[in-house]
Amino acid sequence: MEQLDEQERAGARDDGAATGVPRPRYDEAGHRTPGAAEIYLEVQRSPAFQEVRRRYRRFAFPATVAFLLWYLAYVVAATAAPGLMARPVAGAVNVAMVAGLGQFLTTFLLTWAYARHARLRRDRAALELRWDTQEMTRGAGQW
Amino acid sequence: MVTGDHQTLALLLFSAFVAVTLGITTWVSRNRHGSTEEFYAGGRLFSPMENGFAIAGDYMSAASFLGISGLIALYGYDGMLYSVGFLVAWLVVLLLVAELVRNCGRFTLADVVAARMAERPVRIAAGTSSVAVSVLYLVAQMVGAGSLVALLLGGTGEAARTWTVIGVGALMVIYVSLGGMRATTWIQIVKAVLLMAGTVALTVLVLIRFHGDIDSLLSTAAERSGHGTAFLGPGLRYGGDWTARLDFISLGLALVLGTAGLPHILSRFYTVPTARAARRSVVWSIGLIGGFYLMTIVLGFGAAALIGSDEVRASNASGNTAVPLLALDLGGGAGSTGGTVLFAVVAAVAFATILAVVAGITLASSASVAHDLYASLRRPDGRQYSEVAVARVAAAVIGAAAIGLGLLASDLNVAFLVGLAFAVAASANLPVLLYSLFWRRFTTRGAVWSVYGGLVPAVLLVLLSPVVSGSPDALFPGVDLQVFPLQNPGVVSIPLGFLAGWLGTVTSPEPPDEARHAETEVRALTGAGAV
Repeated sequence: MEQLDEQERAGARDDGAATGVPRPRYDEAGHRTPGAAEIYLEVQRSPAFQEVRRRYRRFAFPATVAFLLWYLAYVVAATAAPGLMARPVAGAVNVAMVAGLGQFLTTFLLTWAYARHARLRRDRAALELRWDTQEMTRGAGQW
Repeated sequence: MVTGDHQTLALLLFSAFVAVTLGITTWVSRNRHGSTEEFYAGGRLFSPMENGFAIAGDYMSAASFLGISGLIALYGYDGMLYSVGFLVAWLVVLLLVAELVRNCGRFTLADVVAARMAERPVRIAAGTSSVAVSVLYLVAQMVGAGSLVALLLGGTGEAARTWTVIGVGALMVIYVSLGGMRATTWIQIVKAVLLMAGTVALTVLVLIRFHGDIDSLLSTAAERSGHGTAFLGPGLRYGGDWTARLDFISLGLALVLGTAGLPHILSRFYTVPTARAARRSVVWSIGLIGGFYLMTIVLGFGAAALIGSDEVRASNASGNTAVPLLALDLGGGAGSTGGTVLFAVVAAVAFATILAVVAGITLASSASVAHDLYASLRRPDGRQYSEVAVARVAAAVIGAAAIGLGLLASDLNVAFLVGLAFAVAASANLPVLLYSLFWRRFTTRGAVWSVYGGLVPAVLLVLLSPVVSGSPDALFPGVDLQVFPLQNPGVVSIPLGFLAGWLGTVTSPEPPDEARHAETEVRALTGAGAV
C-alpha cells in the first residue's frame, strides 16, 4: 500500500511535468490563486474566443435541436400513426422502412458535417487560443 | 438444437478468447506504474481509431447482438426502433459532450461538474449516480451472461447459470484490477473486431442466400412471420393501448439521451490525448456502431425469412436465440460441419461481448468509487490509501455485488434492465453535465439538486412500476405497490432532472462563480490546461 502511495504521488507529479500545463491550483480555503481567474475571464471576453464559441454553438445547437426533433417525430409517428408508416413505397419497402433508414443516413451525414465543420472552422483557432491561454497562465506565476 | 459438438467447439473458442485477453492483461500491465493516469485513463495515448473501436466495443452489448435481432425476427419493424435509438444517441455525444468533457475532466463525470462548483457535495452526488447507473447496467449484463449459457450451451440447470455468472464476475475483476484502463481498452478492441467480423460474415451469407435482393428478403420474412405486410410496419409489439405506446416513447427518450450520461462511455474520452482525438474516436465509433446496427436489421429479417418467427419463438420466447439459429442454418443446417462452426463462433462472440462490456463498466464504476466517493468522504486525519489501491478493491466489491444481484435478478428481461440504466443515466447524469458545460448561472445547489432530482424519481418510479409489483410477471407478483403505469420512467424523470437543476439554481442564495465558469468554458472549447 505504502509503495503504491509513492507511485501515485510520482504519477501525480508527472501529470503536470509531462504536459507542461498547469492545473488550476486552490489554496487551503478553496479559493483559487489570484491571477489565473482574471486570465480566464479575459480570454473569455476576447473576440477570438467569442468567435470560436459562436462557431461551435451556431453549428451544434441548431443541429442538436433538428436531429432530436426528427428522431422524436419518428418515434411518435411509429407509435401513434402505424397506418401512415405502413404505407408501401416500392415493393416490400414502406414509409416506416424509409424513415428508419433515413435516421441512419441523417446520423451519418450530420456526423460527417460536424467533423468537417470543426476541423475546418474551429480547430486551428481553438489551438491558438489554447497555447496563448497556457502562456498567460504560466506567466501569471502559477507554477 | 444444441449438440455436444456445438458445446465443445464453443467452449474451446471461448477459452481461447479468455486466454488471449488474460495474456493481453498480463502483457500490458508489466512494468507499469500504478498511477491514476495509467489505471483510469490507460496513459491517455490511444489513437482515435483504437479508441473508436474500444467505444464501439463498450457499447455493443450482447443485448444488441442477440436481443435486437431476436426482436426483429419476432416482431419485425418494432425491433428496428431500438437500433435507431441506440445510434442516434451518439449525435448527442458527438455534438455536445465528447470534446468538452475531454477538455474539462480528468477521469470521471464528476470532474467536469466539480471544476466550477463546491467540490465535495457535487462529487458525492455525481459519484453516487454514476455508481447507480453502472451497477444497473452491470446487473443487466450479468443476467445476460447467465441466460446466454442456459440458451447456448444447453446448461439449463441452475448450476451452470450460477457458475457462469460467478466466472464472468471473477474474470472481469481480474482484468480490471490487474490491467486497469489499458488492458480493458485492448479487450474492447479485440471484442469489437470479433463482433464486427462475425456480424459481417453472417450478413454476407444472408444476402448471398437472397442473391442480394433486399426486396425478396423482406417479403419472404413478412410471409414466413405469419403477420404478412404488418410485419414490416410498426405496431406488432408496441401497438397496444396508449400506456404501451407512451411506454415506448419513454424508452425512446431514455435511449437517445442516456448514452451521453453513461459513465463507462464518458471515461473512454480520457484515453486519447486531445479533444480532436476524442471527436475522431466518436466519428469512428458512429461508423462502426451504425454499420453494426444496420447489419442486425438484416440478421433479424434474415432469421424471420430463413427460420420463421414461430420456430424462433419455440426455441426462446423472447427471441434471443434467433442469431445462433440463423448461424446454424446459414452454415448448412444442424449436423453439418459449417453449421456447427458458425454456431460455435456466434456463441463465443456473444460471450466475449458480455465479458468486455462488463469489464468496461466495472472499471468506470470503480473509478467513481475511488476518485469521487472515497476522495470526498475519507477522513483527512485517517489512514490514506492510494486511489488506485481503493479502485482495485472497489472493482472487487462491485464485481461481488454484481454477481449477487445478477443471481437474484436472473429472471428479469435483459433489454428492460438496459433501458432502465439508460433512463437513470439520462435523468441523473445528463442534465448536470449539460448545465455545467453550457449554463453560465448554474450553481452548486443546482448541480446537487439536478443529480438527486433525476436519480430519486427515476429509481422511485421503477419501484412503483408494474415491473416490480402488481402484475403477473413482476419481480414480486404477490405484493401490489404499483402506482406508476409505465415500465420505463424516462418520460417523467428526465424532465424532472432538468427541472430540479433549474430550480436549485434559481433558488440558490450564492451567486454563480463567474471566474470558474469562464475557466470551464475556455478550457472546454480550447483545451487550455487539459491534462
